[in-house]
Amino acid sequence: MPPVAAPGGAAPRAQYPTGHPSLAARFAPGQRVRVRKAAPLGHVRTPWYVRGCSGAIERLCGAFPNPEELAQQRSGLPAQPLYRVRFLQRELWPDYRGRPEDTLEVEIFQHWLEPEAGP
Amino acid sequence: MAQGADLGEYRPLTYFQLMEISLRELLVEKGVVSEQAIGDAVADMRARAPERGAKLVARAWVDPGYRERLLENGTRACEELGLEVPALRLVVVENTPALHNVIVCTLCSCYPRTLLGIPPEWYKSRNYRSRVVREPRAVLAEFGTRIPESVQIRVHDSTADMRYLVLPMRPAGTGGWSEERLAALVTRDCMIGVALPRQG
Repeated sequence: MPPVAAPGGAAPRAQYPTGHPSLAARFAPGQRVRVRKAAPLGHVRTPWYVRGCSGAIERLCGAFPNPEELAQQRSGLPAQPLYRVRFLQRELWPDYRGRPEDTLEVEIFQHWLEPEAGP
Repeated sequence: MAQGADLGEYRPLTYFQLMEISLRELLVEKGVVSEQAIGDAVADMRARAPERGAKLVARAWVDPGYRERLLENGTRACEELGLEVPALRLVVVENTPALHNVIVCTLCSCYPRTLLGIPPEWYKSRNYRSRVVREPRAVLAEFGTRIPESVQIRVHDSTADMRYLVLPMRPAGTGGWSEERLAALVTRDCMIGVALPRQG
């Protein structure tokens, strides 16, 4: 696993850099983020159960063409940075019965993420 | 008719079978693809088997440097062993005494096909996909895999461009084993994370 850098440092390193023209990565490993709570039509790769939930960036995977655009026969460019985001299971499922430390990780495109609001 | 001849049972084609045949025939008729190309692609898919993934795991068990490279960049580590993995971006997640990993694709059936072959039916079932994300311990127990309460579980939902492989822990009592012998312990289910490699 790539080392987890402190947020706000240099641009994070992608595990799988691609040659696509892409948007700059806004988030760094360790940073807290919230998944947008939205319900657009079309081919969306953000599972329902994480929408509106908060987690932490685990790694930057790379930048990939936006699948919502690809599904409409468009280029999907500029490519969207793709992250793995780690969630606590008990925050995803209020009735979760496993250990409180159990986690779940999902790949989420940058345009679905926003910095977690302060307390 | 010969006594006991098995003529099978007549079953009409399902909706999806009909769609597949119609689409395939249309594509061939219009010259988009050839029957040969389709046949080759299917043969290619069938030829890939979990032994490819097991090879990576066994090497990681015997070679700590390889293990590190596998975790750092799974795709490059496949190529290092001479495995062709076109378009695969592999994320390898490692089981430890404190952490157990399990893979799912809740949106469809994303799976590291170039390493594990065609996914099993259950991996694509609504039952597995909807339940393993919210009650992983119960689902694993149904596979006969009981994860102690002291071990954290991490579910990986494979939703976009990465594909996942679990690096299981090497079973005790396998010291000095050859890579081939070790690889034989590593089943498909171990690399999805619903089973653990067992010796003997």
